[in-house]
Amino acid sequence: MPKVPGLVKGLGVTFGTMMKTFKDGSNTVQYPHVKETPPLRARGVIALHEGNCTSCMLCVRSCPDWCIYIEGHKEMAPPRRAGGAARKVNKLDRFDIDYALCMYCGICVDVCPFDALFWSPEYEYSEPRIADLLHDKTKLGEWMETVPEAPELEVGADKKGKK
Amino acid sequence: MNLASVLSADLPYWAQSLLRVLGGLVAVLLPAGTVVYLFLFKMMSFMQSRLGPMEAGPQGSMQLFAEVGKWLQKEDIYPARADKFIFKLAPLIVLASTFLLVVVVPFGPDALFTDFEAGVFYALAVSSVSVLGILIAGWASANKYSLLGGLRAAGQLIAYELPMVLAVVGVVIQAGTMNLQQIVVAQNADSMFGFSGLGNPYVITQFVGFIVFMIAVQAELTQTPFDMPIAESELVSGYMTEYSGFRFLIFFIGEFATAGVFSMIASVLFLGGWSVPFSWFGWTTIDSIDNWMNIVGPLILFTKMIIVVFFIMWVRFSYPRFREDQLQKFAWKVLIPVSLANIMVTAILKVAF
Ligand code: SF4
Ligand code: SF4
Repeated sequence: MPKVPGLVKGLGVTFGTMMKTFKDGSNTVQYPHVKETPPLRARGVIALHEGNCTSCMLCVRSCPDWCIYIEGHKEMAPPRRAGGAARKVNKLDRFDIDYALCMYCGICVDVCPFDALFWSPEYEYSEPRIADLLHDKTKLGEWMETVPEAPELEVGADKKGKK
Repeated sequence: MNLASVLSADLPYWAQSLLRVLGGLVAVLLPAGTVVYLFLFKMMSFMQSRLGPMEAGPQGSMQLFAEVGKWLQKEDIYPARADKFIFKLAPLIVLASTFLLVVVVPFGPDALFTDFEAGVFYALAVSSVSVLGILIAGWASANKYSLLGGLRAAGQLIAYELPMVLAVVGVVIQAGTMNLQQIVVAQNADSMFGFSGLGNPYVITQFVGFIVFMIAVQAELTQTPFDMPIAESELVSGYMTEYSGFRFLIFFIGEFATAGVFSMIASVLFLGGWSVPFSWFGWTTIDSIDNWMNIVGPLILFTKMIIVVFFIMWVRFSYPRFREDQLQKFAWKVLIPVSLANIMVTAILKVAF
């Protein structure tokens, strides 16, 4: 093929794209009317599985933005075996993530030793008031429903943790 | 001969003036709106594989009205240290030069605002008035970015004014007149090498002149390869930085209306203007043209304008920006010598044949 000068080629690229958009439609979608499904592992929002959380504070301390707030207290629970000593358990009073600050780095999800935090691909939770971006325990718990099943591990992978 | 005489031969003076004002508004605003919607909104989006505005009206066709409404609501801000009177005046000067420019464009055998003997000269002179507006805007804003943008614009517009004038000289030599109406007639009544089926649009015989003219127009309009004056990545928005609301709107209309009007002038000078080749309908002179051309003529001119703007915008959306020194070098070292050579060759051929 003879070499086309770059300037003409550039014009060709834009013209070709225009014709392609005419024929096959655009690469974008008309967002509020049409929605793209985000990829399975998209970092949309963080969901909290409250039952797993031991309020160990690891996530709070490793969050670079300090945007996780946890308060808890200790409670006495009945012993596991008859005649055993009463146990102390941590009760979670407050677990908030401030999404106005969160930068979606995912460190909290990675660092949680008890599988209490999960990524959900849900992304439509903008608010007219910035203060409403502070999601509390209940709201973070509700996001659990949107967490997808963990994808199959590759063959031979070291299986750790479960949802 | 004027626009009013098309509708009725003897209207009172005020009615004629009113018609002319309305005609002028239509001739400036209609191309501007079409250019913005068709090219800035839609063509650019399609070239980037997206759809552009879709919500306001069918296919987003009312988007421009929405934008105008938005701009009109905005606060009219001016910087504390600005020279307020001049600051407010600048956009109007830019827009006024567009209106002055459209006055000489012929739209049909009788549909024109004024039949001006030195039309080409006038058009080229008036088109550079907008430089004053831009320079004033840059200076009065009391902002270093605006000032730099204004000065760049002035340097660029002056540099590209010259090749533009020189490119047009070729047309003037070939047509033997400076009257835009006569140039249209000359192109369509003439024949090319004995073949009269196409008339003699100067885009073929004056091809070099046409290319130089279009490049110069691109620079005069500060469209992208030549958009150093408003280079948004370094000068915020150049001379328009401090403008907001209504005044920004005027700059915006001015920019695209001028694109439309310049394309009209390009079609008049090089593409045969409002007319079709006279041989198609057996016309010989301008007086033998049927009256319906006064209605069809503007549509033909409009179509040609759209085609010319398409090329301007196509280049705009495809190319990256020139650097300031490259831009000046290109004007002085390439375009001006080429157009001078073009004049010489045209003159020699004109005398020889
Ligand atoms: S994703 Fe990062 S920034 Fe957001 S809460 Fe977790 S650790 Fe903090
Ligand atoms: S790291 Fe996990 S278990 Fe520990 S407080 Fe955070 S969410 Fe709860």
